[in-house]
Amino acid sequence: MTKGLPHDHAELAVPSGPAHVMESDEIRRALTRIAHEIVEHNKGARDLCLVGIRTRGAPLAERLATAIASFEGVPVPSGALDVTLYRDDVALKRPRSVEATTVSADVNGVAVVLVDDVLYTGRTIRAALDALLDLGRPRVVRLAVLVDRGHRELPIRADHVGRNLPTSAQEVVSVHLTETDGEDAVMISKLSVGGS
Amino acid sequence: MIEHLLSMDQLSASDITMILDTAESLLEVTHRPIKKLPTLRGRTVCNLFYEASTRTRISFELAAKRLSADVINFSADSKSSVAKGESFKDTAWTLEAMGVDAIIVRHGASGAPHQLAQWVKASVINAGDGRHEHPTQALLDLFSIRRRFKDFEGLEVAIVGDVLNSRVARSNVKGLLEMGASVTLVGPPTLVPKSAAAWGARIVYDLDEVISDVDICYLLRVQKERQAEQLFPSDREYAACWGLDSMRLRRMKPEALVMHPGPLNRGVEISAEASESDRAIILDQVSNGLAVRMSLLYLMLGGKDEWS
Repeated sequence: MTKGLPHDHAELAVPSGPAHVMESDEIRRALTRIAHEIVEHNKGARDLCLVGIRTRGAPLAERLATAIASFEGVPVPSGALDVTLYRDDVALKRPRSVEATTVSADVNGVAVVLVDDVLYTGRTIRAALDALLDLGRPRVVRLAVLVDRGHRELPIRADHVGRNLPTSAQEVVSVHLTETDGEDAVMISKLSVGGS
Repeated sequence: MIEHLLSMDQLSASDITMILDTAESLLEVTHRPIKKLPTLRGRTVCNLFYEASTRTRISFELAAKRLSADVINFSADSKSSVAKGESFKDTAWTLEAMGVDAIIVRHGASGAPHQLAQWVKASVINAGDGRHEHPTQALLDLFSIRRRFKDFEGLEVAIVGDVLNSRVARSNVKGLLEMGASVTLVGPPTLVPKSAAAWGARIVYDLDEVISDVDICYLLRVQKERQAEQLFPSDREYAACWGLDSMRLRRMKPEALVMHPGPLNRGVEISAEASESDRAIILDQVSNGLAVRMSLLYLMLGGKDEWS
């Protein structure tokens, strides 16, 4: 009997030579634009709730909520969802520790904007929709992402996109945020040979 | 993740931390209007109980259901195939043939879960075996303690009572020491075996000697069903010497807590006043047990076992 649960969630593939595709100023401008788009679309900041998908959607949702609150002058609730237990690949991957879902605002009847860093296959968003609907029945759900890299496997699209980034499936897009990684940057790199 | 959970020996401090961290996140689910997660859809969990149990069985059943697993309850009583003389091994194979993914087993014989784990492909979780171990009780106790004290380092825990017959004591001592707490075993010499010193805990026979120094007073149930020979004279004498009554309750440190795995023998190991005081977190232990068992079921059954 071996002693131990899995602890490291290190990427199996080793990316080689990451290229920066967004610097911190570009990320800031993209988020400012998305914040304005959200308010414009919602016709104001009332009955609005921003919900970030852990890990990096959570600080993005907070930033958007802060930005909207500053130029609209009303507080905007934000929260974070952990969708690990809702994923369709939960039975295929090694279990990882689950973080808390912290959506303290009532989502019933309000416009919820789901926020994530990268939109790829759409499967995370599918899981997030299930997780969100377990918390209540929003009037409408929209999706905001910092990067849309394509390659959807489900009929899901984003309403607000920071940057459309054409990629190949052999590439890795990684978003770094000050809150989680100490810097703001979007990088793209190739999977190394032998990586899977 | 480990394939079977048979003993606290299998879990390192970082394993325990991972289980407790996940349980912390799952506590939120128990406050939702919809208290259900789709995580273990299509999995089947069997509660195989050869001994009486209310909270452990219900807690496991609810934990599995909250994760959307199907649950079968098998109690080896007068209505089951065991009453017709079916052996433990045949019962195990029957369950295996039904295609269960996990078997939660409670058995009067120490080591029965180990034996079961060798017969079946399903994951086996020990829900109490004889005088040996009750690892999920220890995990939920550690979780309850961590929710109040945040850190185990420097924590003084007294485990009081029938240490000799207690699987709860054995699992808790292992877990508490692994997490860095200090443990003192307290009770009559007939119920605290000398060999317990080898577990790494201090042994004291007088509760009054330690009651004012401990952060947690963990009372064990006096196990009348396991006490064939009289190891203490009477319930009243036990209560006077090792029971937590209002006098001893008042001598405890201001922030100290009272714990008990249940069911209570009121007036024996714990007085009614002590069990209902603000210090007692006995019902928190029960509700925390649900989150801890959900965490464990997810970590053990939730994914593909590609690393074992």
